[in-house]
Amino acid sequence: MSTRSRYRAREESITLSPLEEQIAAQRGGETTELLTLNIGPHHPATHGVLRLLVTLEGEIVRELKPIIGYVHTGIEKTAEQKAYWKVIPVVERMDYLSYYFNAMVFCGAVETLLECEVPKRAQYLRVIHLELNRIMSHLVWLGTSALDLGAISMFWYCFRERETILDLFEFSSGQRMHTRYFQVGGVIEDIPRGFEAKLREFIAIMPGRADQYADLLQRNEILLQRLRGVCPLDEETLLGLGVTGPLLRAAGNPWDLRKAAPYSSYEDFEFRIPVGTVGDNYDRFAVRLAEIYESVKIIEQALDGLPEGPYITEDRKVALPPRHELATSMEALIHHFKLVTEGFRVPPGEIYYAIESPRGELGCFVRSDGSSKPARVHMRDPSFVNLQATAPMVRGAYIADLIATLAMLDPILGGIDR
Amino acid sequence: MALTREPIEPGSFRARQLLARDLLRGDFEGLELERHVEQSILTTTLDRAVAWGRSNAIFPATFGLACCAIEMMSVVAARVDIARFGFEAFRASPRQADLLILSGRVSIKMAPVVRRIYDQMLEPKWAIAMGACSSSMGVFNNYAIVPADKFMPIDVHVPGCPPRPEALMHGILKLRKMIQDDPEMGWRQRYDAQGTEEVLQGSEPAGA
Amino acid sequence: MPDQVGLELIAGQLATQIPGAVRQTTFFRNRATVEIAPAAVRGVLAQLRDEHGYRALMSVHGVDYYPEEPRLGVHYELLDMARVDRLTVKLRVPLAEPNVESVTPDWPTADHQEREVYDMFGVTFDGHPDLRRILMPEDYEGHPQRRDFPIGGEPVLFTYNDATSPGWTR
Repeated sequence: MSTRSRYRAREESITLSPLEEQIAAQRGGETTELLTLNIGPHHPATHGVLRLLVTLEGEIVRELKPIIGYVHTGIEKTAEQKAYWKVIPVVERMDYLSYYFNAMVFCGAVETLLECEVPKRAQYLRVIHLELNRIMSHLVWLGTSALDLGAISMFWYCFRERETILDLFEFSSGQRMHTRYFQVGGVIEDIPRGFEAKLREFIAIMPGRADQYADLLQRNEILLQRLRGVCPLDEETLLGLGVTGPLLRAAGNPWDLRKAAPYSSYEDFEFRIPVGTVGDNYDRFAVRLAEIYESVKIIEQALDGLPEGPYITEDRKVALPPRHELATSMEALIHHFKLVTEGFRVPPGEIYYAIESPRGELGCFVRSDGSSKPARVHMRDPSFVNLQATAPMVRGAYIADLIATLAMLDPILGGIDR
Repeated sequence: MALTREPIEPGSFRARQLLARDLLRGDFEGLELERHVEQSILTTTLDRAVAWGRSNAIFPATFGLACCAIEMMSVVAARVDIARFGFEAFRASPRQADLLILSGRVSIKMAPVVRRIYDQMLEPKWAIAMGACSSSMGVFNNYAIVPADKFMPIDVHVPGCPPRPEALMHGILKLRKMIQDDPEMGWRQRYDAQGTEEVLQGSEPAGA
Repeated sequence: MPDQVGLELIAGQLATQIPGAVRQTTFFRNRATVEIAPAAVRGVLAQLRDEHGYRALMSVHGVDYYPEEPRLGVHYELLDMARVDRLTVKLRVPLAEPNVESVTPDWPTADHQEREVYDMFGVTFDGHPDLRRILMPEDYEGHPQRRDFPIGGEPVLFTYNDATSPGWTR
């Protein structure tokens, strides 16, 4: 090409000599040649469209630079254009494996701004769906990670359970993914008859299935060799990088927002937090596998203790009135009209609300200016912050370990790029 | 008896009769043969057999972008099993793949990458835009997304957000039917893109 | 969360240690916010970490306060894991001079997050090791999440504008 693009010109200016000199200094003068490879954005192993610039010395990774933005959807700006209840479907599609969590954190933030009480039954229903989503997210993680490591049949087993969970979601809300089930003030609809029975069937078999996965994987020699002792990172560095969730718990820090700052009635339930010791890939794997059992326990307790009552707040300025009231009550009609056309207005203020998603602390910042549309919605996505830990983890490991670490990191590019 | 020479109109029955006689005798060669094959208006059994083979052995490319990718993984999973139709061999390399299932939203940073991967695929190739975001703008009508029709030709659009695995299956089977029925189904015909074929030096351009 | 009294105590200590730092305190819906002067951000965060125990920086995000001036805001969400306390530190910079000192040397987690604020709002962080666009393409012009940036998108196709909409299929 006669005219060089700025991209090519920039590429030619990339020199690896500082890094090479650094390594040579460490080795007492023995020079080496480094190779920078581009992994992605289209690559069978990356979880989503993640691009990694990997600087290699032979097979060992010396430096890693993630390049993101390939799924950037402008969700936060779209949310500013929509009424508060219309933001919920938009924001759900962010971290697309934990959609209930996205909806929960946004609804929680708006409910705090509105000072709106969520009835107890709605809180328990929310907990049930959140924990089902957590199990589902861990199942997809397990299936795809095992696929990356070569244990291909795990994919089918995990997706078998995932189909059962999606059937439950379809039962309660009508959609498999991105269900729009959580609304500001509660949930959109009560669970139908038969949901409880089906859910009890599921929680009866799920621990057995998780045992099957553990049997398949936990003592598998290949898996152990690929995960044990590979890419550990200590707690201090993780805390400095802002990493939370199973990654931090694998390093030994039992920080879990469900226990530390309980929201939505989590304090009523008894469950344990699995914590790792070394912080290597195997601990990350084991922590997530153990969390599945704990989530099943939470669902069972929530189902046993499910109180009667309304499933959404009674405040008609925030939640739609039940449909039968529209025929008899004039106020119900007016409320319905106002809520559907304009939406409720939120008093001006700013709030940051955080919950524990399957990947770590998911936070939502909402700024309202008194109108019916939010002025700013920002989601503090855990994968976005956790991705910064990839580079310290894989420096000095092999490329195959890089793939395994990326799998154990559980990044969801929808959340990273928003 | 005087022999008369009458000019034979090309395309008339007599001309076609003579062509068929030459074909059967094996008198055709080179350009004439190619032209004849191109002009055959009936699909031959060979074409149909090739189309049947192609339609039943599509290799999709692993191209999951966002939420639709999870439902695409569900299509591969056991409940809605894409392997029943022979399509479970997802190839990572675009050179080995026939079908690009654009599952998910295409951001402006990703669009040139998608286009490059589509260009790297060898003909015949097809593309399915799965989900609302890639077909049109979907839920997000904003600065960051590009609908796939703007930069690459799409054969089947599957609506949904995300489409159920059964819906994606329906879309894939529709594409399979399209391939089976019309062996000449080239996107160049449908999108008026004649002239965009890759022409090797010194040879005729490949068919329409 | 520190309650109102605790918030005032913290703000008072910050004001004595770093004069001119604290501009305002807000206690809203049980959450504490301290608004500081942009020049003092690194000092304030270091102070909060060393003296008051807010050792974790959970989020760095930007806000556009259009049409109020100063227009661009950066919020730092701090967390004290030992006492489960959250504190928001916010600062506002005008559009004409959107420079803030980067806290990345002290808090490695701010690396990508400050890049995102730069990308979306245009706030430049002095001292950031690698300040370039993170979500948009590198040669993109404009800062999308500012309130006066157009939302963009495609026009919805109806029968009346189908033929005139450029670029679709034909």
